[in-house]
Amino acid sequence: MSAVPNAAAKAAVAESLYRRRRLMNHLALGLASAATLFGLFWLVWILWTTLLNGISALAPSLFYEMTPPPGETGGLANAFFGSIVMSLLAIAMGTPIGILAGTFLAEYSRRSWLGETIRFINDILLSAPSIVLGLFVYTLLVKPMGHFSGFAGAVTLAFIVLPVVVRTTDEMLKLVPSQMREAALSLGIPQWKVTVQVLYRSALPGIVTGVLLALARISGETAPLLFTALNNQFWSHDLAAPMASVPVVVFQYAMSPYDSWHSLAWAGAFMVTVFVLAISLIARAIVARRKVAND
Amino acid sequence: MSTSFTTRIAFAGIAALAAVSAQAADITGAGATFVYPILSKWSADYSTKTGNKINYQSIGSGGGIAQIKAGTVDFGSSDKPLDPKELNEAGLGQFPSVIGGVVPVVNLQGVAGGKITFTGPLLADIFLGKITKWNDPAIAAVNAGLALPDGLITVVHRSDGSGTTFNWVNYLSKVSPAWKEKVGEGTSVQWPVGVGGKGNEGVAAYVKQIPGSIGYVELAYALQNKMTYGAMQNAAGKVVQPSRESFQAAAASADWTKAQDFYLIITNAPGDASWPIAATNFILMYKQPKDAARSKAALDFFKWAFEQGKTQAEQLDYVPLPDDLVKQIEAYWQAQIKTG
Amino acid sequence: MSTEHALPAGAIAQRPDALASRSQRDLSADRAFRWLVTGAGIFVLVSLFAAALSMLWGGRAAFSTFGIDFLTTTDWDAVGKKFGALVPIYGTLVTAAIAMIIAVPVSFGIALFLTEVAPPWLRTPVASAIELLAGIPSIIYGMWGLFVFVPVMSTTVIPFLTTHLGPLPIFGPLFQGPPLGIGMLTAGIVLAIMVIPFISSVMREVFLTVPTRLKESAYALGSTTWEVAWNVVLPYTRSAVIGGIFLGLGRALGETMAVTFVLGNAHHLTASLLMPGNSIAATIANEFSEADSDIYVSSLIALGFLLFIVTFVVLAIAKLMLMRLSRREGN
Repeated sequence: MSAVPNAAAKAAVAESLYRRRRLMNHLALGLASAATLFGLFWLVWILWTTLLNGISALAPSLFYEMTPPPGETGGLANAFFGSIVMSLLAIAMGTPIGILAGTFLAEYSRRSWLGETIRFINDILLSAPSIVLGLFVYTLLVKPMGHFSGFAGAVTLAFIVLPVVVRTTDEMLKLVPSQMREAALSLGIPQWKVTVQVLYRSALPGIVTGVLLALARISGETAPLLFTALNNQFWSHDLAAPMASVPVVVFQYAMSPYDSWHSLAWAGAFMVTVFVLAISLIARAIVARRKVAND
Repeated sequence: MSTSFTTRIAFAGIAALAAVSAQAADITGAGATFVYPILSKWSADYSTKTGNKINYQSIGSGGGIAQIKAGTVDFGSSDKPLDPKELNEAGLGQFPSVIGGVVPVVNLQGVAGGKITFTGPLLADIFLGKITKWNDPAIAAVNAGLALPDGLITVVHRSDGSGTTFNWVNYLSKVSPAWKEKVGEGTSVQWPVGVGGKGNEGVAAYVKQIPGSIGYVELAYALQNKMTYGAMQNAAGKVVQPSRESFQAAAASADWTKAQDFYLIITNAPGDASWPIAATNFILMYKQPKDAARSKAALDFFKWAFEQGKTQAEQLDYVPLPDDLVKQIEAYWQAQIKTG
Repeated sequence: MSTEHALPAGAIAQRPDALASRSQRDLSADRAFRWLVTGAGIFVLVSLFAAALSMLWGGRAAFSTFGIDFLTTTDWDAVGKKFGALVPIYGTLVTAAIAMIIAVPVSFGIALFLTEVAPPWLRTPVASAIELLAGIPSIIYGMWGLFVFVPVMSTTVIPFLTTHLGPLPIFGPLFQGPPLGIGMLTAGIVLAIMVIPFISSVMREVFLTVPTRLKESAYALGSTTWEVAWNVVLPYTRSAVIGGIFLGLGRALGETMAVTFVLGNAHHLTASLLMPGNSIAATIANEFSEADSDIYVSSLIALGFLLFIVTFVVLAIAKLMLMRLSRREGN
């Protein structure tokens, strides 16, 4: 380097280095944009396929007619109803326990071995294949009760909801500034009241997002329901009897040889995806509103 | 705030559970995927006629056997019959419900449906990986005049355990000693070669997508997907096309009267017109049920289906049971299954 | 309700005995709440242990019959009742590895785009869209893969790979074989699409936590956007990024429905990525409902237990790496 006394040559080196860095920058940012397009490309492709194949069954009758035998027209009313009932019940069971357990992790067991173990186990539960949970609930509920039931289906889904809610509650409570805790505690407010009235209120949007994400995840579950809720070709609101659900109907119809069933399967799949999209947008709207309020 | 909201939902859920569990339960059956379309059709029609609801769900034959044994359903269904000893140990009775058939399907350019012929040993050798090319002399020998390409054969089999596989390999075991020794028979076997598709639909999709492939599906899938199916040389040495008639002929040629608990697999059936890979689906029920009224309701449904449901079965490419067999089944119900 | 406690002045004004009785009440309420949350935590702990134990219990026949052979042999013969899990274990690891090789750089690119490149008005809609990929039911990935993606693979992508990469000396064998379209590569790509939203959203979230002053100091020194991302943002968030990658990996290991449709489900051990293979979750889903002997059922449940173990090990490695990193950084 020192062998180049010429200022012009030095400038030329700097110029070429500058150009190389700029080129590198453009290249990297270009690749980043390409990666995003890559991700969006699959989304559009998959949604387009679903819409294209399901369009012939996308009619109002989808929502008020029962699942038909092959070759006849019908809808998915009983399946939509079953999915909604089981999902809501799963949320109702999984959310309170999940929030409490998440509170335990974030507020009551910082750096204790019990808390770390639960957090670790919860992470495994988060990525456990759902069919395994289905088998577990089958041995726990279906076999002793002697019949398949919507209730068993809801319990299985609750096991999928639980770890998601635990994790988000844990994370969200940790994000609440500790000044808030200290301020409330220094006023002599008991810890449980601080948790319920200060921390929960502050972490609420995040927790709601977690619950909605859990709902999105269970609305597409097939394998664990097949051995717990089974399915029902008729309208049934009996939680002690087999209950229909959209993913199981989609699975069974998709695997059949009949065109009329195929289009119902794709239409059902499209509705599930739209539902998940709606949930995700609602969740984002809540978080966005919250951010505006904070600023 | 959120907790009080969720508790309210939880209470509403529990209240709903308590309120509705008094409702009369419908009859539940589960098992083979093969009969799911026809049972769903029969059940829908039966429900409009009588108001009784029979809910049948496809969870696979093995699932059907396991669930009836666990007592979680009112009847199970399987494409693979249980032998009388096993039935006896479990306290179960067994009877046929409907007949269908498995057909070989191929993806060969320039070959139309039913124009290529296979023999049992030929199929066994292809699925064993002994015959690897379409222009193999063994294939040409039974297909004189057919232009066979000089291409590799890709075998497509089921990846999931299934009754379709059971009937297919049961037939191959009957006609090929090499198959019987190396692979054997079951709802899923250790395939020497090939790729596995999930369900009939998966096999159909793979065969349609892979040039030079051969697979096996139930007739309805071959017809609905407009696939190139093969003809078969049957036990009598005649070449037959897969159709309701040849399936029916196979069912009729089988001697059901000597079969205890209808334990009979009708592959490689005798008779000039018989399709060699015809298949029967079986229903499993308790002989001494816990709730006799529920078993009676299930049997009433099958009686109606056997007598009034023939057209529906034919529309969906199934073969309804021959009348003699239905009479025999009804006598079996009388003698064996307690209904009140 | 909250006003009662929000004003300490009111509390001071109360008589001492009332104060004492209330602090007594608060104390017991506090204790009850502590028990409640601890109970919920223990419930989570117990339920997973119960699930894992029920798997171990169900699989005990397979483990005791086959012993270590269950892990090291390739036989999967329901008729001869011989079961070895090597093929599904291999397939699970290979497909997950392919998925990560594709998903990690792409997710990094997406996160970079969403935090540094895209105009602000574009960020939220694009982020929502990418996350929507996580919400599509996995059976839809399977059906789309089978009917739409596999034909594209077999007619264009795979012939291209076999002609251009097949003859290479070391990597060649990975890309040889007939253009079936189904197989470990296809399954890996579908898995990659499924885990991209998980990894990219974690990366995006943590990139946003990098203090602005750090980035601005780098910019002030004349760094390009890429140099800031690579030399400042990534080192700062490294541990959380690795956590996100492992979260995606856990999801890829346990995915069932999508994989069964495009993997080919063959119990053969092959070097080529273009050939069909099998995975643990796919084997369970495919065969459980038709398993007709006790040892068969037991072997499938034992596979489920193995998946627990694999996930456990993967997560444990992730946690250890995170702990080591945070210790080195002195946090």
